[in-house]
Amino acid sequence: MSGLPFLSLMLVVPLIGAVACLAAGREQARMIALAATMVDLVLGAMLWASYDVGGAQWQFQEHASLFAGFEWKLGIDGIALLLIGLTVFLMPICIGASWNTIEKRAGEYYANFLVMETLMIGVFSAQDLFLFYIMFEAGLIPMYLIIGIWGGADRIYASYKFFLYTLLGSVLMLIAMFWMANEAGTTDIPTLMAYNFPVQAQWWLWLAFFASFAVKMPMWPTHTWLPDAHVQAPTGGSIILAGVLLKMGGYGFIRFSLPMFPEASAQFAPLIYGLSMAAVVITSLIALVQHDMKKLIAYSSVAHMAIVTVGLFAFNRQGLEGSMIVMLSHGLVAGALFLAVGVIYDRLHTREIDRYGGLAINMPGYALFFMLFTMASIGLPGTSGFVGEFLSLIGIYAVSSAVTLVCTTGIILGAAYMLYLYRRVVFGVQKNADAAAMPDLDAREWAMMVPLAVAVLWMGIYPETFLAPMRKDIASLEARVAQARPKGDAQIRFAAAHSAGHAADHSAGEPAAKPAGGHAAAEPEEAH
Amino acid sequence: MHPIILIVFLPLVAAIVAGLGHDIIGKVAAKAITTGALFASCALSWPIFLSFVAGGAEATVVPVLQWVKSGELDFSWALRVDTLTAVMLVVVTSVSALVHLYSWGYMDEDPDQPRFFAYLSLFTFAMLMLVTADNLVQMFFGWEGVGLASYLLIGFWFRKPSANAAAMKAFVVNRVGDLGFMMGIFGTFLVFGTVSIPEILSAAPGMAGSTIGFLGQRFDTMTVLCILLFIGAMGKSAQLGLHTWLSDAMEGPTPVSALIHAATMVTAGVFMVCRLSPMFETSPVAPGFVTFIGAATCFFAATVGTTQTDIKRVIAYSTCSQLGYMFFAAGVGAYGAAMFHLFTHAFFKALLFLGAGSVIHAMYHEQDMRYYGGLRKSIPLTFWAMMAGTLAITGVGIVDVAGFAGFYSKDAILEAAFARGTELSTFAFAVGIFAALLTSFYSWRLMFLTFYGKPRWEQSEHIQHAVHDAHGHGDHAHNDHGHHASSSDGTAGYHPHESPLSMLIPLGVLSVGAVLAGFVFHGAFISEGIGEFWKGSLAFDEHLIRAMHEVPEWVKWAPFGVMLTGFAIAYYAYIASPAFPAAFVSQFGALYTFLLNKWYWDELYDAVFIRPAMWLGRVFWKVGDVGMIDRFGPNGAAWIVARSSRAAVKLQSGFLYSYALVMLVGLVGAVSWAIAK
Repeated sequence: MSGLPFLSLMLVVPLIGAVACLAAGREQARMIALAATMVDLVLGAMLWASYDVGGAQWQFQEHASLFAGFEWKLGIDGIALLLIGLTVFLMPICIGASWNTIEKRAGEYYANFLVMETLMIGVFSAQDLFLFYIMFEAGLIPMYLIIGIWGGADRIYASYKFFLYTLLGSVLMLIAMFWMANEAGTTDIPTLMAYNFPVQAQWWLWLAFFASFAVKMPMWPTHTWLPDAHVQAPTGGSIILAGVLLKMGGYGFIRFSLPMFPEASAQFAPLIYGLSMAAVVITSLIALVQHDMKKLIAYSSVAHMAIVTVGLFAFNRQGLEGSMIVMLSHGLVAGALFLAVGVIYDRLHTREIDRYGGLAINMPGYALFFMLFTMASIGLPGTSGFVGEFLSLIGIYAVSSAVTLVCTTGIILGAAYMLYLYRRVVFGVQKNADAAAMPDLDAREWAMMVPLAVAVLWMGIYPETFLAPMRKDIASLEARVAQARPKGDAQIRFAAAHSAGHAADHSAGEPAAKPAGGHAAAEPEEAH
Repeated sequence: MHPIILIVFLPLVAAIVAGLGHDIIGKVAAKAITTGALFASCALSWPIFLSFVAGGAEATVVPVLQWVKSGELDFSWALRVDTLTAVMLVVVTSVSALVHLYSWGYMDEDPDQPRFFAYLSLFTFAMLMLVTADNLVQMFFGWEGVGLASYLLIGFWFRKPSANAAAMKAFVVNRVGDLGFMMGIFGTFLVFGTVSIPEILSAAPGMAGSTIGFLGQRFDTMTVLCILLFIGAMGKSAQLGLHTWLSDAMEGPTPVSALIHAATMVTAGVFMVCRLSPMFETSPVAPGFVTFIGAATCFFAATVGTTQTDIKRVIAYSTCSQLGYMFFAAGVGAYGAAMFHLFTHAFFKALLFLGAGSVIHAMYHEQDMRYYGGLRKSIPLTFWAMMAGTLAITGVGIVDVAGFAGFYSKDAILEAAFARGTELSTFAFAVGIFAALLTSFYSWRLMFLTFYGKPRWEQSEHIQHAVHDAHGHGDHAHNDHGHHASSSDGTAGYHPHESPLSMLIPLGVLSVGAVLAGFVFHGAFISEGIGEFWKGSLAFDEHLIRAMHEVPEWVKWAPFGVMLTGFAIAYYAYIASPAFPAAFVSQFGALYTFLLNKWYWDELYDAVFIRPAMWLGRVFWKVGDVGMIDRFGPNGAAWIVARSSRAAVKLQSGFLYSYALVMLVGLVGAVSWAIAK
């Protein structure tokens, strides 16, 4: 590990860029923004390269006491590393997507993005409870401004909804944080992660955090801000909203709810399952009948995030690691899909699906990328979408076959709405002259699509690159929540091996009854 | 380097080069690279297969790359080569290579040829990944990969709405099966702690008789797993209930139908059941379920096949029906016979499809057999190829002497079903015999309608276009008979031409396969001592094989009898007494309509799934999200705020600051806590 304060540098570089953007004109501002995000990308790559996989749990720790006991405390584990990697990877693409479309107050626009980058990295690297809170909440302000100022016709309503939902959650979370800090006598996140809060207190602490994270995920039924926010946001805003902001909820569950309140998590797991199942089925069906491309993808995001939540609350390795991969994959794929929508929106200025058609004829390059990302969204093996979805679902299967069955219907519905979208936009005849006249991808668009495509395939074919850094951290999280893990409904029993009547009522198969060659006890609870 | 690496990855490399680089290397190079890669793969595959036939080869696994490692779940990309794989290797690479070659002629006028060839090669790669899979997840990768390629190829002519609809239907219906496959993989991992196929198969007997909780009920463990996995097979192999996509898939170019929807992809389900056969054998119920579904499909599809008028749809339903044979063979425990039928069927069904393609090519894209007739003399080589295919599929052969390919494999299946002697297997035997009669009928009906009788071409719009175009171009030389002459002989003055050599060579090669594949290989696949050949790559029952050879004489001759009967009925109806079909239809109108409309499955699914799904989507959206959540959530809150402050305008401009205020309060709170500490 080098001595450079990587994390602070990564936080400072975009801030400097933001200040410079405010002072610059449109042309310079976008160059500054691109340069700043590229520097952060390089720093992020160096961070990843020098991260010691399998080393200390917390690395790159920085600590400085600020005024009045308030602390600047940073550090990352593998989980945070991956999400920071996602953030710095997507940011230059967001800037690129905004390159020609932002005319109004461009300096402020780019400054907002850069501030948001700082705050996102801050969220994932903060090790102090209140530092996290500030980053977490402040991170929404730039997004809120991006929608409210540079958004579409209904931007005011959309940003209002966005604000209202997030407000509710954050107030409750803040109160819970005060209580926790008092109770534990520390605001150090790693310490809190190992702190055993009284079980009764966990109950409402969990709910308070849940209020905030469920909105951010977003979980059904607090999702209705998302379609509006996406529809109104400019392309760059949509990419970062789907790509990174939605991951803050999942990160919150992993960092706070699960390790800090394991008993309450177990208690509330059925609630999570219920909401997630509802989300998969309901939002997928809603996606099927959308006429607006962005709304369709926004609804599909809600369905995908539901796979994250069931995976997390499976309390086992596959579920937890799968959820992380779904988050990373969704960041790439949803980002790419919003980018793909942005590409044709820039040409025709409509998101109406029916205005397009036959794009495979005049935009073959675009059709290829759109197909790849569509397939990744559907979860075709070989793309990132499959690995995460598969692991999450295999994880939840250990808990409940019924929950798994309902959530797995997402693979049917997902295929239906995505292919229906693709068919209407890319296939068919060119029924509108203006859509038929649209040129194929230009160099700038290729430069944004190719890295996304490579990342999606890489994560699908060799996910080890992404699984390895978090393996140890997920293992310790798994150990922490092991006590909360539900029994599971599989309960394999061997009737023949037990002549006595009581054995049939025994909750799990006896190890002695298991075949020597088989490994029936994938789940430890069966060994008891 | 093991040749399997080249066999599998050459088509992938070719697909990428042709698909992405055709602007640089040009159209002909793109076609040559993909076709060359497939012939190379094919040339490398046959020695592997023959070494297994000779008995000298051992199963090997060639590791490629780590894939996923998450806790106990650990699987890699790896290529497994054993007897079962070797059989599939030659089937897949041979048919694919021939289809690539055939497409040079068939797709000659298409502007998007490089894309077509790239998709074909991509398909082949995915199929090879499927058949070489050493773990269930890689099999699923191949499974979905062929599904993607199938989707892309069915929708290849993406300007046609019907092609797009068919492509999407194929993908989504297959996904219903995939739901079962995935649940099956999840369950298998839960039970065995691994997804490695050899490890599962060796551990499976130990789990026999145990029970597992599933959806709140308790079931036999192995039955749950096998049926879930089999639901996947039902989707890919178009078995009853999940079959609706296959006939629509005929929207794709005909070479695609031959390769994907006849010879290879649709047999993946059969391959899967055979690959996992030791697992199925441990379940008391699953083989019976497989038998029933197979027999039901066999019957259903054969009945529908008798009424279709589109030449490709007849062959498609024929495929569906033959897949049913393979499944009930597997269900009764004759996995070797199932694989043998898969093997021979690949040759004669690819031949029939490519022959149909040659007919369609000659008939200016007309696919309706009602407008064919008398083509025997115009396209004699195609006729003889189709004849070889028909003799093979109808199972022409003399017991204990020799016969065409289908004779060996289909008879073996029927004998096995009889020899098994359970109620279900006897049911399957009876259904199989009846379906054999229908097979013979619809196959000869196809032959007679297409190649015999008088030309009925003049009613075809396609032919009218062709003739019109010829006139339009002033090309009167071709129409030396003139208009009057043509209208009387039913040809409309059209002259079908035999296909080019690139299409005739594949027909010739496949004809050889259709004639000889059964005779040459039946010893290896289904004779006693097949343990030597299969070497544990699938489950087999020595008793059953012995019993198969000891069935009564009438069982051996029954397929022959129904084959002749089917031929006779077809001959009577379409040659001797051409008025008979119309009379039959007017007599049994309801039955005919029922069959013509494919038992109304599509209408049923439309009413039960598709329209309700769309309706639910709209309700959840308009009533749920907008009418409930938004109304009582954010909009309700806004209403309350607006009422209490009586300043809705202020809300719009002021909420930005109110948010900042909340933030500030939070920050002040945080800082004051820190100070108090």
